[in-house]
Amino acid sequence: MTDTTTTGGSGASPDPAPTSTSFSLGSLMRSPAAGAFMGFALVFVAFALFGYERNFLSISGVSTWVNFASSVGMIAIPVGFLMIAGELDISVGAVLPASSMTVAIASGYYELPIMVGILAALSVGALIGWVNGMIVTRTQVPSFIVTLATLFAVAGLTLSLSILFINTTQTSLNAPEWAKSLFGGRALGGFRSSVFWWLGMIGVFVYFLHYSPWGNWVFALGGDQESARNAGIPTRRLKIGLFMLCSTSTAFAGVLQTIQFNSATSQANFGMIFNTIIAVVVGGALLTGGFGTVMGIVFGALTLGVVQQGIGYTEIDRNLSFLIIGVMLLVAVLMNETFRKLATNWSTSKKK
Amino acid sequence: MSDNEPVIELRNVDKSFGPIDVLHEISLKVRAGEVLCLLGDNGAGKSTLIKTLAGVYQPTSGDIVMDGEKTTLKGPRDAQSRGIATVHQFGGTYPLMSIGRNFFMGMEPTKGIGPFKVFDRKKANRIAVEEVQKMGITRITNGDRLVGGLSGGERQSLAIARAVYFGARVLILDEPTAALGVKQAAHVLRIVNLAKRRGLAVIFITHQVMHAMAVGDHFAVLIRGAIAADFRKGEKTREEIADLMAGGESMADLEANIDTYMETHDGHPPQPVT
Repeated sequence: MTDTTTTGGSGASPDPAPTSTSFSLGSLMRSPAAGAFMGFALVFVAFALFGYERNFLSISGVSTWVNFASSVGMIAIPVGFLMIAGELDISVGAVLPASSMTVAIASGYYELPIMVGILAALSVGALIGWVNGMIVTRTQVPSFIVTLATLFAVAGLTLSLSILFINTTQTSLNAPEWAKSLFGGRALGGFRSSVFWWLGMIGVFVYFLHYSPWGNWVFALGGDQESARNAGIPTRRLKIGLFMLCSTSTAFAGVLQTIQFNSATSQANFGMIFNTIIAVVVGGALLTGGFGTVMGIVFGALTLGVVQQGIGYTEIDRNLSFLIIGVMLLVAVLMNETFRKLATNWSTSKKK
Repeated sequence: MSDNEPVIELRNVDKSFGPIDVLHEISLKVRAGEVLCLLGDNGAGKSTLIKTLAGVYQPTSGDIVMDGEKTTLKGPRDAQSRGIATVHQFGGTYPLMSIGRNFFMGMEPTKGIGPFKVFDRKKANRIAVEEVQKMGITRITNGDRLVGGLSGGERQSLAIARAVYFGARVLILDEPTAALGVKQAAHVLRIVNLAKRRGLAVIFITHQVMHAMAVGDHFAVLIRGAIAADFRKGEKTREEIADLMAGGESMADLEANIDTYMETHDGHPPQPVT
């Protein structure tokens, strides 16, 4: 690492060839996605060793934690976008049951076509995101507090509206066959459709954050909001859009779960809040904003899947999973901080 | 170069936020190839004036005139498209983003068809490195480097290079040298001169009289939201300008006041009010 720093930093190097190779090595080592990948690989290999006898590597073992990772991951990536943009969204824990109940009440209890229910659920998500975004951009209240408030407000509203509409807090939904196979089926020996939806979403999200011009703006928001606004970036609209993207993705995850399990509950899913944040941070995004990658978050979600779900297929004591997650999170945060220092000291170190 | 039409002119601009008047009857002119130094102490209204020029705030009354025509700047983007570029104290750069991405922030070059436009990283990096090198920063050779690794002066230069590249005609520099060391400040001042020679109208905001004297053609001193003095290069000495900035009360007067106090009070200096 020190070696690449010294050679990579010498801008006036007469020989450009070695400089460029050490640059690519340097950028690989400094890529936060690489850190998340190595973390995932480490956890995976360790679990595979302990789980070799217990079907950890079998299709059913792998699909169990990949399925889990997909439902966390499709929420975690837009949560990660918000974190990169310097915001936090913890209202996802309430958006999930709100969208589940919406689709179940609309298409289950009232027997509306399933697409109507899905669209209604996605609209509920978009609306909550819009409210979050409007409050965050119009006031100076930190998004943590704003989304904490909407978390409880939406959770309470979901419960009482469920009682009002169907007089119970959970209900069932039997989706038509085509919808079932599209949104809640299983393929390739156990992988849920959410995995394939997630793969598609990863493609779109990677394009959005890393290849489209808008991705630049998201990083700029988290890097320096004032400068971003001065550079002519529509910071407010972008932020509201990100909140809406986050809630809508969460609502979609809720729809997929409801169709998969044929039932919905209005109980707030507080665990999902932690899961998404863990996936994002383990994935190498900076809590302070301005940095992160989609692939990093993907590996973060996969790592979380292995530790939380895959542990059942190994000889490791299940109760240790929380401990492992806690340690992992700490290591990740420390690594991210080190990364930030490395990245910003990259070229100044050679001046001496 | 300097035909007598100012590129940008403020005529009796007032700006108030509710009942608070921040700017009062500001009139300024900047011509192409000229550096206007705007001097003022903290709280004099410099930032508000910059934001008004940059389109962030609308004047409460008065006119902004560009090339002899009255103009309304609808927002930062509108101001930019008219060629007004603002560079802030920390350069408006994002430490954890690459030089290429910083350079093209908000103006990303894209390639591809229809809605599937992709940020053209290679092109962005190439142009960014070229433009920054033109500003005399030869140390930067790779556009993928993160800006956080650059020095404060280099960041300023990057931001100025960016403004020049995007066709700025009016360059507003908000305290570009305030946070810099002597050497780096000198570098930024050199770049200001370079921009001026390229025919840009530069508005240089500072409270460091030395830096202003080094590059300025024209000076305006802002006190409590109004222009207290307006003069050309060589018309005032450094001490006079410093005194003006201190609110018209000269440092010499202040010293004299303290001396008289001590004489009349048995040699005690004035006690702080408790």
